[in-house]
Amino acid sequence: MMSLPIKKLGYTLGLLAIVLLPFLVEDFRVSQFNQVFIYALAILGLNILTGFSGQISLGHGAFYAVGAYTCAILMTQFSMSPYLTLPIAGGACFMLGVLMGFPALRLTGHYLALATFALAIATPQLLKHKAIEHWTGGVQGLVLDKPTPLFELTIFGNELSEDRWLYFLILIVFGILFWLAENLLKGRIGRAIVAVRDQPMAAAALGVNLTSIKTIVFGVSAAYTGVAGALSALAVSFVAPDSFPAFLSISLLVGAVVGGLGSIHGVIFGALFIQYVPNVADDLSKSAPWAVYGIILLAVAYAAPNGAVGLFNKFIKGKRHEHKV
Amino acid sequence: MDSFIQQIAAGLANGGIYAAIGLALVMIHQSTHHINFAQGEMATFSTFIAWALIQQGFPYWAAFFITVVASFVMGVLIQRIFLKPVEKAPILTNVIVFIALLVIFNSIAGWIFDHNIKSFPSPFSTENFFRSNYFSAHQLGSIAVTLIVLLAVFSFFRFTPIGLAMRAAAFNPESARLVGIRVSWMLALGWGMASLIGAVAGMMIAPVVFLDPNMMSGVLLYGFAAALLGGIDNPWGAVLGGVILGVLENLLGAYVIGSDLKLTMALVLIVAILIFRPYGLFGKPIFSRV
Repeated sequence: MMSLPIKKLGYTLGLLAIVLLPFLVEDFRVSQFNQVFIYALAILGLNILTGFSGQISLGHGAFYAVGAYTCAILMTQFSMSPYLTLPIAGGACFMLGVLMGFPALRLTGHYLALATFALAIATPQLLKHKAIEHWTGGVQGLVLDKPTPLFELTIFGNELSEDRWLYFLILIVFGILFWLAENLLKGRIGRAIVAVRDQPMAAAALGVNLTSIKTIVFGVSAAYTGVAGALSALAVSFVAPDSFPAFLSISLLVGAVVGGLGSIHGVIFGALFIQYVPNVADDLSKSAPWAVYGIILLAVAYAAPNGAVGLFNKFIKGKRHEHKV
Repeated sequence: MDSFIQQIAAGLANGGIYAAIGLALVMIHQSTHHINFAQGEMATFSTFIAWALIQQGFPYWAAFFITVVASFVMGVLIQRIFLKPVEKAPILTNVIVFIALLVIFNSIAGWIFDHNIKSFPSPFSTENFFRSNYFSAHQLGSIAVTLIVLLAVFSFFRFTPIGLAMRAAAFNPESARLVGIRVSWMLALGWGMASLIGAVAGMMIAPVVFLDPNMMSGVLLYGFAAALLGGIDNPWGAVLGGVILGVLENLLGAYVIGSDLKLTMALVLIVAILIFRPYGLFGKPIFSRV
């Protein structure tokens, strides 16, 4: 067991490293880190639903897309401040998630997987539809400006560029939402959510309102993923229907499982996986990159069937066990 | 009126294909209680094997049966090698393995057989069936093959001891093991048979949609929807679900919403049906004891 001052020192150094990191690398790398944190936030949302409430979703790419489009439309059509679009995107996705939560009340397992996957398939097609073309820009999509830094700053010879500014914005949003999620899941509601997953009948008998818990969880989960989507619109400064294929939803689920379901501390590992492993696979084999991706995914599934968090717990517990012996 | 019947006929033919893939999914579900996302890519791979054999000069039916046997062996091997290690892992870990298999099969098919679209021969004539303007012989032939497969699957599960053992292994693994059923091998057998059915479906659909590594990606979704619409534990339901889906999709596409939202509308309708019948049209509800 680490003593408290060492732990505190560790946290401080870690925080310092995270703050200085974007100034140590090029803009291109910073934009990759931005994407990692955005994915982490989206996976966090999915994990609240799938990991804690036990409802499978293959459609979270749809909430990501709606969040991104909400941000883009508000910025381009209403010239709204980019910072203001984030809570609105979250709110819109919360309502959409609650709506989606109603059919989800009736459906479980594979049936819910199909219903949510239908949402993922439908989203790009709906975004292209002619009836809303003047809002969404149709197949062409919408181009928007990255938020400009509010002040100038130079550290290690690297100035505070738009990407680095976004890095801090994303980091702060991620930090706040992570903290909120942790408190939500640790408290009374969190215990109710887990009870609904494990023993719905017993939970209902003890006075937990299944309907409201399940729909609210769906809403919260969608809101998190929607905010992530809005941040991605800012980070890429472009949205188009084909940026949100059905495969995005599958990627998010892969990230959630790789990170570890039922614990939100692994989300960053899941995000690193879906951001970097496709690139690694592409470097290893140009002719069949996805075969390499699949093999890495298999290896992870065998080595850590309970995700990064499961592996970590096993490692730590194993160590403690040795101490006892 | 004539075009209306044409649309229904085309819908029935597509429905037969969805039904075949749906059947393969029901098969896996009967014996493992999982839904295999890699089913479609495995079927595509099998079809490529058949294509390669035909290119080597094998007659069609010889290639057909060699492929069917090879697919069965492939299915069993996949279960033994890739699924056995995660048999006891959480269900989502299994889903991840399915996704991994999906991308691996897709990628390897593209690597070995390249991404060019290939034509695949049909054992039946593609001209109009005699005295009928609505169906081609291939469409009727593929519907007939689907029905034969359905009958075989149904009889297998209903009338053979090994079919009963497979259902038992999926329904209650612990009790099944206690009465001497080798549960793990029953799962492998289920995978083999599902892979076999998938291969048949792939060879029936390839003459219509042409052969390329992504041939099945859309069809799998329809098959999945067909199986769920009918009720995932019911082979007849899967076939009926497939036919309903095929006809519905064609009619909606032709008369109501146009072809660009065809898939979306079909899926929305299925979700709507599932809200009122959460276990499919012909599925049995699952009751749990407190």
